[in-house]
Amino acid sequence: MLRLMSLAVFFATWIIGSALAGEQMLPGPIAVAHAMLSEARSGALFINLGATLARVLLAFALAMTLGTALGILMGRAPIADRLGDPWLLILLNLPALVVVVLAYIWGGLTETAAIAAVAVNKLPTAIVTVREGARALDSTLDEMARVFAMPRWRAFRHVVLPQLLPYLAAAARSGLSLVWKIVLVAELLGRPNGVGFEIGIAFQLFDVTRILAYALSFTAVVLAIETFLVQPLERRASRWRFRPA
Amino acid sequence: MNDARPVGDSGLLDVRIARKAFRSASGARADVLRDVAFTLADGEVGAFVGPSGCGKTTMLRIVAGLDQEFDGAVARPPGTIGMVFQEPRLLPWRTVEANVRLIAPAIDETTLATLFHSLGLATHRAHFPGELSLGLARRVALARAFAVEPKLLILDEPFTSLDRPLAVRLRDELAMLVDRRPVTTLLVTHDLDEAVRLADRLFLLSARPARILAAMPILPPRAARSEEVVASLEAAIARQQRTLEA
Repeated sequence: MLRLMSLAVFFATWIIGSALAGEQMLPGPIAVAHAMLSEARSGALFINLGATLARVLLAFALAMTLGTALGILMGRAPIADRLGDPWLLILLNLPALVVVVLAYIWGGLTETAAIAAVAVNKLPTAIVTVREGARALDSTLDEMARVFAMPRWRAFRHVVLPQLLPYLAAAARSGLSLVWKIVLVAELLGRPNGVGFEIGIAFQLFDVTRILAYALSFTAVVLAIETFLVQPLERRASRWRFRPA
Repeated sequence: MNDARPVGDSGLLDVRIARKAFRSASGARADVLRDVAFTLADGEVGAFVGPSGCGKTTMLRIVAGLDQEFDGAVARPPGTIGMVFQEPRLLPWRTVEANVRLIAPAIDETTLATLFHSLGLATHRAHFPGELSLGLARRVALARAFAVEPKLLILDEPFTSLDRPLAVRLRDELAMLVDRRPVTTLLVTHDLDEAVRLADRLFLLSARPARILAAMPILPPRAARSEEVVASLEAAIARQQRTLEA
C-alpha cells in the first residue's frame, strides 16, 4: 500500500514537472506510454530489449561465476588474498567507461568485447562481497563436516553455500542494476542494437520521449526480474530463519 | 610426527600423545597435554574426567583428527567417526531429518525412524534447528553421530548446560544406544556421575598440562550397576581424585 502511494507520488511529480518544463523537455507519462506502444507495435522495442537483456544476463552470469569462485578463494586462502588484493583495488577504481573503450579498441566492436567489458566492471564488487562471506564462514560447521568425512561437493553445497547465500544475494542485487547500466554505455559506444543504441539515436535527435520510453521499459524488465526471480529465491533460501520456535 | 594407521579390522583405539603445546599470543609455548597414552578395546566406553580447561577438548580434537599438530600418534579404528561436540553444530538451514541424512546418506528409513523414536525426535523431523530447544538439538546431534554407524564415537561433554533431569534422560538414552550397538566410545566430561554410569573404564586427568592420573575399570557392567554400586564407586573415585590432586 505504502509502495503504491509512493509510486503515485512519483507519477504526480512527473506530470507536474512535465507541465512546468513543457512536453519538449519532459514529456508526460501518457506521451511516453504512446511512444512505448508504437515501438512495441513495430517490434523494435522487443528486439532491443531482448538484445540488451541477453547482454545483461551473459555479463552478469560471467561476473557472478568468476566472482564467486575468486571470492571464495581469496576469502579462504590468505596467499590468494594477498596476491589478488592489489588487482582488486585497481579494478575497483577503474572507471566503467575506460574499460569499455579499451575493450572495444583491443577486441574490436564485437559482442565478446562488450560483454567482457561489462563483466570486468562487475567482477571486483562480486569478489569483494563473496570474499566477505567466505571470511565469515563458521569453522565449527567446517570441523563437523570434516569429522564426519562429508564428501567435498556435498559439504560445499550444504555447509558452505547456505552460509554464502546472503552474500551472493547481495552481490546479485547490486550486480544486476550495475550491469544493466554499464551494458547501456557499451551499447551506446559500439553496438548496432539494444536499449543503449536506441538511446544514443534518440539523444542525437533530442527525442526525450523515446529516451524515457526505452529507459522505463528496461527498468520495468529489471524490476520484474527482481520481484519474480530474485526475491522468491531469497525467500526460499532463508525460510529457515523466519520460523521462530 | 603424527600418523594415523588403521589397525586391522578391529575397533581398537590407540592414542599416544607425547606432547601437545599451544603458542600463546605473546609467543610462549604452553603445554596442554603431556604423555596422554591409552588404548580402548573394540566396543569399550572410556570416560575422561578432569577439571574444566585441562585440555580435554584438545585431546578429543586430536583423536578426531581435527588437530594434527602434536607429538605422537593416534591409531583409529578404520571406518567412520561419529562425534557429538559440546555445541550441537547442526546446519541451521536444513531440517532435523536432512541434518542426519546429509551426514548418513546410506541410512534406511526403518533405522532412521527407530533412531528418531528412541531419542524422542519423531515429531521433530521437519523442524529446523532454530525451532528446537537446546536439549532437542543435542539429541539431534546424538542421532546424527549414531546414524553413521560409527566405528568410533567421540562425545565432548554432550550434556553440559542441560538441566539435571534432561541430562539424566539423555545419558540413559545414550547408554541404551551404546548397549544396543556396541561401539568404541570416548567420552569426556567433568561430571563424575555421568562417567561412572556410562563408562567401562574411567580415566582421571590432571590440571593443565593434562596427564592421566589414574585409569580404572568400572565394574560390574553398565546394565548391572545398581544405584548403591554407582554411589559407592563415585565416593571411592572422588576420594582417590582428592588424594591424587593433593
